[in-house]
Amino acid sequence: MAEPYLSATAMRGGYGKADILNGCTLTVERGQIAVIVGPNGAGKSTAMKAVFGMLHLREGQVALAGEDITHLSPQERVRKGMGFVPQTHNIFPTMTVEENLEMGAFIREDDFKDTMAQVYELFPAVADKRKQNAGELSGGQRQQVAVGRALMTKPSLLMLDEPTAGVSPIVMDELFDRIIEVARTGISILMVEQNARQALEIADIGYVLVQGANRYTDSGQALLADPEVRRTFLGG
Amino acid sequence: MDILNALVAILNFVVIPAASYGAQLALGALGVTLIYGILRFSNFAHGDTMAFGAALVILITWGLQAIGISLGPLPTALIALPFGIALTAIFILGTDRVVYRFYRSKRSAPIILVMASVGVMFIMNGLTRLIIGVDEIRFDDGARFLISVQQFRAWTGLTEGLSLRVSQALTLVVTALTCWALFRFLNRSRAGKAMRAYSDNEDLALLSGIDPERVVRLTWIIATALAVTAGTLYGLDKSFKVFNYFQILLPIFAAAIVGGLGNPLGAVAGGFIVAFSEVAVTYPWRKIATYLGFEPQGLLQLLSTEYKFAVSFVILIVVLLFRPTGLFRGKSV
Repeated sequence: MAEPYLSATAMRGGYGKADILNGCTLTVERGQIAVIVGPNGAGKSTAMKAVFGMLHLREGQVALAGEDITHLSPQERVRKGMGFVPQTHNIFPTMTVEENLEMGAFIREDDFKDTMAQVYELFPAVADKRKQNAGELSGGQRQQVAVGRALMTKPSLLMLDEPTAGVSPIVMDELFDRIIEVARTGISILMVEQNARQALEIADIGYVLVQGANRYTDSGQALLADPEVRRTFLGG
Repeated sequence: MDILNALVAILNFVVIPAASYGAQLALGALGVTLIYGILRFSNFAHGDTMAFGAALVILITWGLQAIGISLGPLPTALIALPFGIALTAIFILGTDRVVYRFYRSKRSAPIILVMASVGVMFIMNGLTRLIIGVDEIRFDDGARFLISVQQFRAWTGLTEGLSLRVSQALTLVVTALTCWALFRFLNRSRAGKAMRAYSDNEDLALLSGIDPERVVRLTWIIATALAVTAGTLYGLDKSFKVFNYFQILLPIFAAAIVGGLGNPLGAVAGGFIVAFSEVAVTYPWRKIATYLGFEPQGLLQLLSTEYKFAVSFVILIVVLLFRPTGLFRGKSV
């Protein structure tokens, strides 16, 4: 089998002396949606931050498209094709939607008009508000701007840290639909989610983390069908 | 006729002086607000940056005058201004290198940077005194009046006179052009947008590949250009004295806070609000009241001019109590 597009293996590390990640492994194929779920404090977001280089790893390595990127900074990883949408503070509130997208494309030297048109096509709701300040939009629309900003670098791997936190169920479904659309264009998705059940429904591969280590790994549907996983992590 | 006289008096004693003073404050407050928005601290050395820059402009002006260069009716200082800005910017970038960068890389609390800027303020203050002395200096050569009182009386036949000094008109024109250029830069150019992005969300700006050190350098250069321009215009208008620039720091901060710290549009509005309040409160309104048919007993002066800085304090306190983020929704203090 060919090496997966993203492979973060045996990651071990944390913020202080105590490790939060204890040998966590995450892999994502091209165009796949990978979802990380697990109880509070399992290290879900930490695992994603480690993949993005925001956390120093004591052990393990991260490879993107076969290239070892373990020692690159987050900014360098963006240039390598990673896009990251933080959970909060993920937009420029006093700048217009259009300027937010422009800033997303800051490192691009070429013409990014096409990418911007694609983002507007993907998120028609924000296209209507392109001249409005992003801080004035609703929660769901802000998330769309945030995802759109990350898409402006034309990433090959898009990482989303709880994209549906604090939005209504309808908006959540809408966002998940958009994420599926993004994945269909060949972009790999790595996503941390609190709404585990809904997220696993769209997941090609699901990782259940417990105490910074992989507990279950399977396709989203298989995890949803597993009585053990349902009972322990999905509330029956 | 008396109403016209009253209007002319208001224009001459309140509107024109307050507008040009307001423009000088606005330029100063713009620099303060940019530094607050991007470097995230209140720069106490801003007033002395104005003084230092103006002092250099005066020295260069003297040099130009010595070799016989002038601008005709306009003050020679206008030619010296770009050179003064460049030299001051080099000095200020030096202070960033030596002082502020250290605290920035340590991600120190804003109050530590504020205290560091107080140190820079004292050093610049001393340097300026060493370079040019503590005496009052007038350097506004060229024509003095655009409209003089005698001319105005002759034209209109009114008893009340009106004068518009070249330095006042120049202040308004230069401020308008500077604001136009600054807002165009911030809203249209890539570097300007990067500055706003950095001010909005530092971490996301980093993720987007914006180089923070470049943004910081650019901010210092722009803030210095604004400060030296403001300092020179203030000196042309009211004469140069080092100590005055230390004092003007208060109304400048009041202006920036009234408008909302970090908000450039607010800084401009704040400058005019503070200036008009200060002039209106310290102006004796008896003459105008008399024109309007009243017979006032006293001067109708709410506050003597010695206390004009109290106006800034009162505005500051009121704004901080009732609208801490300022009129234009800046960052809270």
